[in-house]
Amino acid sequence: MVVRMRVNGDWREADVWPGTSLLMFLRDALGLYGSKNACEQGECGSCSVWLDGALACSCLVLAAQAHQREVRTIEGLTNGDRLHPIQGAFVEAGAVQCGFCTPGFVVAVADLLNKDANPSPATVREALSGNLCRCTGYQKILDAVNLAAARLRADA
Amino acid sequence: MEVLLPESLDEALAIKADRQEAIPLAGGTDLMVDLNFGRLRPSAIVDLSRVSELAIIRQENGHVFLGAGVTYATIGREMPAFKPLLQAARSVGSPQIRNRGTVGGNLGTASPAGDALPVLAAYDADVILRSRARGERSLSWHAFITGPKKTAIAPDELIIGARWRRLRGPGSFSKIGTRNAMVISVAGLCLVVDEENGRVKVALGSVGPTILRATQAEEQISAALGTSGSWQDPAVSLPDPVIDEFAELVAGAAQPLDDVRGTAAYRRHGCRVLARRAISWALNERRLPAWL
Repeated sequence: MVVRMRVNGDWREADVWPGTSLLMFLRDALGLYGSKNACEQGECGSCSVWLDGALACSCLVLAAQAHQREVRTIEGLTNGDRLHPIQGAFVEAGAVQCGFCTPGFVVAVADLLNKDANPSPATVREALSGNLCRCTGYQKILDAVNLAAARLRADA
Repeated sequence: MEVLLPESLDEALAIKADRQEAIPLAGGTDLMVDLNFGRLRPSAIVDLSRVSELAIIRQENGHVFLGAGVTYATIGREMPAFKPLLQAARSVGSPQIRNRGTVGGNLGTASPAGDALPVLAAYDADVILRSRARGERSLSWHAFITGPKKTAIAPDELIIGARWRRLRGPGSFSKIGTRNAMVISVAGLCLVVDEENGRVKVALGSVGPTILRATQAEEQISAALGTSGSWQDPAVSLPDPVIDEFAELVAGAAQPLDDVRGTAAYRRHGCRVLARRAISWALNERRLPAWL
C-alpha cells in the first residue's frame, strides 16, 4: 500500500507491504537510518521518534497508522552537519560508547527537556526508563542530560 | 494483508461488519510485536487510532466512561482523581509505551498481566461492546474476560470502552516486577474501598489464568471493619491478626503458576505482601482529615 507522511517537515511516500512498521518504513523505504532497529518489541527505545508530537517506539507503530501524519526523527533534530546541543552534550560527557542506543536516547531527552527544562534526577530516570544502553551504565548519560539541560536553559 | 484506516466509529463498525476477520489495532504495543516476529499474519487489520469517538473520558450520573482508545499517558494527565487507575497507568511500560498503549488494548488482549484490568475488576466495571448489526451491549468485566487472552467479543464487535459506578473511598494499585519500568507484572493488586456500601474490593493480576477477585478476603475485611466500628469511625484500628488473616485470604485467592517471571510460591507471597500494604495504605488514608 502507498503510505504517505510528513517526515521532518517534508512529505514522503513509498509503496510498502501493509504490515511494515514505521521503523522499517523510515529505514528501508526512506533511507533514514538514524532510528535503530534492535528489539522490535518496544523494550529498548532505540527506534524512538515523535508521531504527531508524541514520543513513540516506531517499531510498535504500523507505518499505515502514520499515513497522513507528522513524524519527526533524530535526523530532524540536527541542523545540517551541526550537532544538536543534546548530541554535543552526549559526546562531551562520554555518554556515547558503541552509539547504537544514542539516537533513541537523544530523542527521548529532547522530548523530556521540551516539557521540563530543569528536570529532577527522578524525572530524568523516569523519562529515560524506556531506553536501554548496554555500554555506559547510564551515569554518563545522566551527566549528559544535566549538561544539555543547563546549556539549553542558558541559551533560552 | 490489507490495512483499513477508518476515520469514525461508524466506519470502523461497518468494516467489522463486512470484514469480521479484520484484527483491531490501537496502540500496537501487543499486536505489533506479534507482527514484527512473524507470529501473526492477519488477512486484514483495522486501525482504530483515528477513531476519535473511542478516545473520550466522560462522567455522568455518578458513572465514569473510559473510552477504549484512551492511552495510559492520557489517564496519567487527566484522571488524577482515580488514584488506583492512575497508579496502574503510570506503571505500564515506559513513556513511549504509555503514549500509545490503550485501555481497550488491555481489554482486547485480555492478558492476566494487563495492568489496567485489576483496577477495572475492583471497580466492578462493565465492558461496552458495539456492532453495526446489534448495536451496543454491556458485559461485566468477568463475563467479558472468559479465559487467558480470551474474551466474549463477537467477530463483528468493537470494544467501545469501560464503565463503572464512581466509588467514594481510598484505593491503590501496586505490582511486583524486576524493575520500576518496562515490567510485565509478576503479581498485581488493586484494592478499593467503597465507603457508601461498606465494602472493600480486591482484584489480582498475573497470578491466575485471568484477573481474580479475592472475595473471601473482601468479606472478611469488610465484616471486620463493621464489627470493630471502623466504618463509622476510621480512627478505630484493626488488630494485627485481622490484617494477617486478610493477607492470607488474598494469597489464598491466587491461582499462580511457575513461569519464567516467577514461581507460584513467590507470586503467592507477593500477593500477601501487596495485600498487607494496600489495606494499610487504605486504612491510613481513611484516617486523614477530609480537608487533606
